[in-house]
Amino acid sequence: MLQQSIKSYIQQDLQTQYLLHLADNALILSHRNSQWCGHGPILEQDIALTNIALDQLGQARNLYQYAALLITEKTGIATTEDQLAYLRDVGEFKNCLLAELPNGDWGQTVLRNFLMGSYQFFLYQELQQSAIGQLKAIAEKSIKEITYHVRWSADWVLRLGDGTAESKGRMVQALELLWAYTGEMLEPCDYELPFIATQSSFIKAAWEAKIASVFSEASLVHPTNEWMQSGGKKGIHTEHLGYLLAEMQFLQRAYPGLEW
Amino acid sequence: MDQTANQLQDQFQQRIDLEQKIEPRDWMPEKYRQTLIRQISQHAHSEIIGMLPEGNWITRAPSLKRKAILLAKVQDEAGHGLYLYSAAETLGISRDEMYEQLHSGKAKYSSIFNYPTLSWADMGAIGWLVDGAAILNQVPLCRTSFGPYARAMVRVCKEESFHQRQGFECLLQLSRGSEVQRQMCQDAINRWWWPSLMMFGPKDDESPNSKLSMQWKIKRFSNDELRQKFVDMIAEQIKLLNMVLPDPDLTWNEQTKHYDYGAINWEEFKQVIQGNGPCNKERLEARKKAWTNGDWVREAATVHAAKQAKRKSEAQTFSAKETQ
Repeated sequence: MLQQSIKSYIQQDLQTQYLLHLADNALILSHRNSQWCGHGPILEQDIALTNIALDQLGQARNLYQYAALLITEKTGIATTEDQLAYLRDVGEFKNCLLAELPNGDWGQTVLRNFLMGSYQFFLYQELQQSAIGQLKAIAEKSIKEITYHVRWSADWVLRLGDGTAESKGRMVQALELLWAYTGEMLEPCDYELPFIATQSSFIKAAWEAKIASVFSEASLVHPTNEWMQSGGKKGIHTEHLGYLLAEMQFLQRAYPGLEW
Repeated sequence: MDQTANQLQDQFQQRIDLEQKIEPRDWMPEKYRQTLIRQISQHAHSEIIGMLPEGNWITRAPSLKRKAILLAKVQDEAGHGLYLYSAAETLGISRDEMYEQLHSGKAKYSSIFNYPTLSWADMGAIGWLVDGAAILNQVPLCRTSFGPYARAMVRVCKEESFHQRQGFECLLQLSRGSEVQRQMCQDAINRWWWPSLMMFGPKDDESPNSKLSMQWKIKRFSNDELRQKFVDMIAEQIKLLNMVLPDPDLTWNEQTKHYDYGAINWEEFKQVIQGNGPCNKERLEARKKAWTNGDWVREAATVHAAKQAKRKSEAQTFSAKETQ
């Protein structure tokens, strides 16, 4: 468990919450993508998705390290990236629900990456203008990687949407499942507002336009349901995250306080 | 064999003796081609199957740094598989055919990957011992007589040497850690030591393919020579870990200037090769499942590419008509 004083500090500091939110999105998505490593449908694509998982892990680490530095400075308690990743429980994770859903088949996986990657692309584009130097630098580095993630996943959405009847059917099914989880990314919560308040409507519009253009080329139509699932950003997750963390945090939990 | 065939054979051997590389379009004896296809595809399969035991721990790595290292390492193995399949393809076999041989059980892969990875320390032990043994086997392959294989191996070896170092460093950290970490470290060494020695293959007098492979310079050192080199190297390195190798007969021999080591359990080796290792079935099933689950993906990609090509050619015809 994180020390109580660190927890209390996080609870009252919006910037740390925001950094953790960004980091958690990257880490949980990386975890899901890394589960494909060795099991992909085509060797080259196995390598590509593992590469994406590595990029996302790198982004998560940059953000956790920065958050840990701030926490250390403010509380005087030495805090590390690993404590933030491995010692928080489900309710303390702030990633969007979309990131934690199981992989499903290859279609569902590439679609999730496309939906989330496109959001991250417009978000990080804005964060490149951030007044916080470290966040700006992280965004500048990440955007190069995310640009590739979007290109790669959009290509796959296109191939599968405009491939065979089976691949189309699977994409329609994946879209029905994932669509209700997209709204959460686009509605900023309290800790996001100080950092992206003015840009959030632009990010939403840009994301919608990008999705519309790729879906139209892939002859896919997204569901029209208005209702969106949310809660992840505030720590109310799906049942899936508990299992994911139980696996990810196992060694740190079973043998607390050791160096690996 | 007629005279021309004899001449070709002689010229081929002369080129080998002069250390000239044999390239895919050059004449080569059919047995040379088949030997290489068998060896390179087996090597490629080992890389791909080898992703599984380590892939096991990606989601459970104990720190973000270790997770990044492990993920990168397993990805490297996929890359090695890719170079090697490509090298084998130059000999006239397709990647799909090689997969087919793997899935049907016709083609083999390194038996070491049929052992389970039971603790985090296994990630260190695999890097240090398994990749360490692999490097000794593979460094001479950078000079192997078949050009594409030799060139692929240059890159593979560079990455393997990073793998071995990270493995040793992982164990070093554990060896300097708590009692439970030291136990984990010793336990992993105990389990991976003997299978690592078996990676060099049967004893020289029982290695059926070796003689010809040496003559053709596909292979440059015998199994036992390489195994001895490995024992000598590891017996020294383990001192830095303050651990022991699970062999009571391991002793320095002042006369030979090598370490003597105990008898290898060749019956176990035989059994694992025959499919009776602890994880043979799981490993192969995992690969077959990945392949079968990917059928619809590959089919969709092919169909989409054909549609795109058709649209492109129609667009060109249309624009050509318009300009007429």
